[in-house]
Amino acid sequence: MKKLKPVNVAIVGGGWTGLSMAREITGRTSLSVVVLERGAPRKSSDYAEGMDELDYAVRLRMMQNIAEETITHRHSMRDPAVPVRQYGSFLPGAGVGGAGEHWNGISFRFLETQFVLASHLKEKFGAAHLPDNIAVQDWGVTYDDLEPHYWRAEQMIGVSGKAGNLRGEKVAGGNVFEGPRRNEYPLPPLKTTWPGLQFKAAAEKLGYHPFPYPAATASEAYRNPDGIARAGCFYCGYCERFGCMVGAKAQPTNTLMPVLAKRKSFALRTGCWVRRVVHKNGRATGVEYVDANGQEVFQPADTVVLATFTLNNVKLLALSKIGAAYDPVTGKGTLGRNLTHQVAGSAARLFFDAPLNAFMGTGALGMMISDFDGDHAFNGPDGPVRGGNIGLTSAGSRPIATFDAYPAGAVKANWGSAWKAAALEWRDRIATIGFTGEHLAYRQNFMDLDPRYTDKMGDPLLRFTLDWTEHEYRQRAYAAEVQTKIAQAMGVKYEAARPSRAKYNVIVYQSTHIQGGAIMGTSPETSVVNTNLQHWDVPNLLVIGASAYPQNASGNPTLTALALTYRAADAFIAAHAKGAAGGAAI
Amino acid sequence: MRRREFLTVPAAALGGTLLYTLAREPIRLQAQEGNVNIPLRFFSAAEARLIAAACARIFPTDDKGPGANEAGVVIYIDRQLAGPYGRDKYRYTKGPFVESAPEHGYQAKETPREIYRAGLATLAGFADLTPEAQDDKLRSIERTTFFQMLRGHTIEGMFCDPMHGGNAGLIGWQLIGFPGPRMSYRAEIDQYHGMPFRPKPVSLQQVVGHPVHGWEEEKDA
Repeated sequence: MKKLKPVNVAIVGGGWTGLSMAREITGRTSLSVVVLERGAPRKSSDYAEGMDELDYAVRLRMMQNIAEETITHRHSMRDPAVPVRQYGSFLPGAGVGGAGEHWNGISFRFLETQFVLASHLKEKFGAAHLPDNIAVQDWGVTYDDLEPHYWRAEQMIGVSGKAGNLRGEKVAGGNVFEGPRRNEYPLPPLKTTWPGLQFKAAAEKLGYHPFPYPAATASEAYRNPDGIARAGCFYCGYCERFGCMVGAKAQPTNTLMPVLAKRKSFALRTGCWVRRVVHKNGRATGVEYVDANGQEVFQPADTVVLATFTLNNVKLLALSKIGAAYDPVTGKGTLGRNLTHQVAGSAARLFFDAPLNAFMGTGALGMMISDFDGDHAFNGPDGPVRGGNIGLTSAGSRPIATFDAYPAGAVKANWGSAWKAAALEWRDRIATIGFTGEHLAYRQNFMDLDPRYTDKMGDPLLRFTLDWTEHEYRQRAYAAEVQTKIAQAMGVKYEAARPSRAKYNVIVYQSTHIQGGAIMGTSPETSVVNTNLQHWDVPNLLVIGASAYPQNASGNPTLTALALTYRAADAFIAAHAKGAAGGAAI
Repeated sequence: MRRREFLTVPAAALGGTLLYTLAREPIRLQAQEGNVNIPLRFFSAAEARLIAAACARIFPTDDKGPGANEAGVVIYIDRQLAGPYGRDKYRYTKGPFVESAPEHGYQAKETPREIYRAGLATLAGFADLTPEAQDDKLRSIERTTFFQMLRGHTIEGMFCDPMHGGNAGLIGWQLIGFPGPRMSYRAEIDQYHGMPFRPKPVSLQQVVGHPVHGWEEEKDA
């Protein structure tokens, strides 16, 4: 194994969180930072040639190659786990920028109650009335703690939106249910489409509070505090699963890399597959990886930061034998606990008389309501205890994905002349009202290493034990009623949302929002990292990103991952300034 | 090395410009004459004829407009199967292979190429059947992995960028009014409420101004 010259900080993963951490440390200290990314380098100019639905949206060219590594899944501990052989209910990104390159850019702050969820639910409903085996926890930080960090993140990525709660004052047209913001969004909302306007009018008629999706896609030309200029969105519709060819969508490659590339203390190495965090006597000493040429390398470091996707953060801790594996039977151990996804509802489908020109759009474009998010609408013992967001998006419709759609029962066979006629008739006239709900953590949903299947290096795959519970079915049923009510109020033909009671499915895409496994908290008994995202057992090891979330919030996770990264960076840098750098407990 | 095989079709059968009469009946205009020989990468000429015949029943050419034949869907499928996708380079293929719950999707060992080879064996003589008999045959295999794959590939071949071999002459995009990967709708996104906005389709090559190759062309993708 080749041993390299030591660095101060080795960061594993070159996505939003890893590169943000590198930006903070190299900008505010003289420490040397190396980021190890296992994918390829990217540049914004790649993305015009990438406006190809087949390669990017169907064959998933920007994702981790699932042939090399996947997860296994079982619905319960009684079942055998099998590999997820093709994507997939979520899509982990590969390459510099990670999933931050191919995301939609929806950028929510989480509700105030989310950060104190366990205490809040106990107080509101009483422990006896909560779902069986619930394992939600308080984060150890509050919304107020994070507010300034949210604002830093919103400025850095240039979020377009409309505030609904400015310093406690409710503002019509924004999300009136959100926590108080000190500042209006950096940019005004994106434009509104025809179906979006109709959703808004219907929601208002019903007494709800519609507002535009907050988007990390610039609604107009924007310059962030680092001086990085981005163009306003062109609404080309190639966002989710694509990189943005004009750089209107914030991506690590157009927002962080231009800053980092100029810093001498920063280095990025691509093609580096990290396999272990090396540690001794409670101190990380570096990481072992296989480089692009297949050479085994040891990179010594004073501090190690795991900043990969949730799955790999947890897998690397397990492979490195750091922390005790969670045991759902005894409830002991912490690594792997509180695995959550997100609750996707069934859609209410709208059938319009006229074409929508739905090929125009952008990933985070839409109108939504948060009237049923959190638990402000729920009081009774029979409904859900937490809800989610309901909205209509105009994300840009592409022909392969959307051709095969028509009202249920319109044709018998899904091929042949009658099918073709139905698909052509309804082509570009269908929109949907969707639901994304909060996924509570449960004792039985967790991650560990699979005993049978291995990745391309021969290391065990990560195993999911995960299924939906009665609570998620209740959330969907509740949401379906509201979705259908809005559809009705829109005055177009519609199909009611049919809430599914299906088991967890690894094949049908729902969102790339996987949380937990290395959760944060205030006690090593119930969490893997502290509120500064330091590992309890190995304090010079930081584990950042959505792996730290004790449970899923309904809103998309990226903005909160950035806010937590800033907060962790501040703590690390403050400790370094005090001479505790390289890892004494903060 | 395999013998070079070609799919020979009249040039007039592929692509063309799609126009509509006042009564909204599609007319396909095609100025090209003679035959074109398209080199095959995976199928034999006989296999390509079988697949083309099946695709033409899945997405037929009819009074609603052109179908799989005019789009060159079989050429698209041939290239996909010859490339890394056909050899399952983007699927986790380590064993053991076990049957599992439907929520776990396709778990078997066979690659798309192997699924097609086995499927082709069930289509012997298909190209010579009447359209009704062809539909009966397809109905009898509707639930197979092969048919479901073929159906999905037919839709992909109708509507992919033409660099992948399908959607010849952008005929699929013309059929559905999809304008292709255009750079900007900033001026139009909040206009055309309830009205069709149908700019002339353009391919990715036309948009970026130079040839672009699909992933299937990369040797080691």
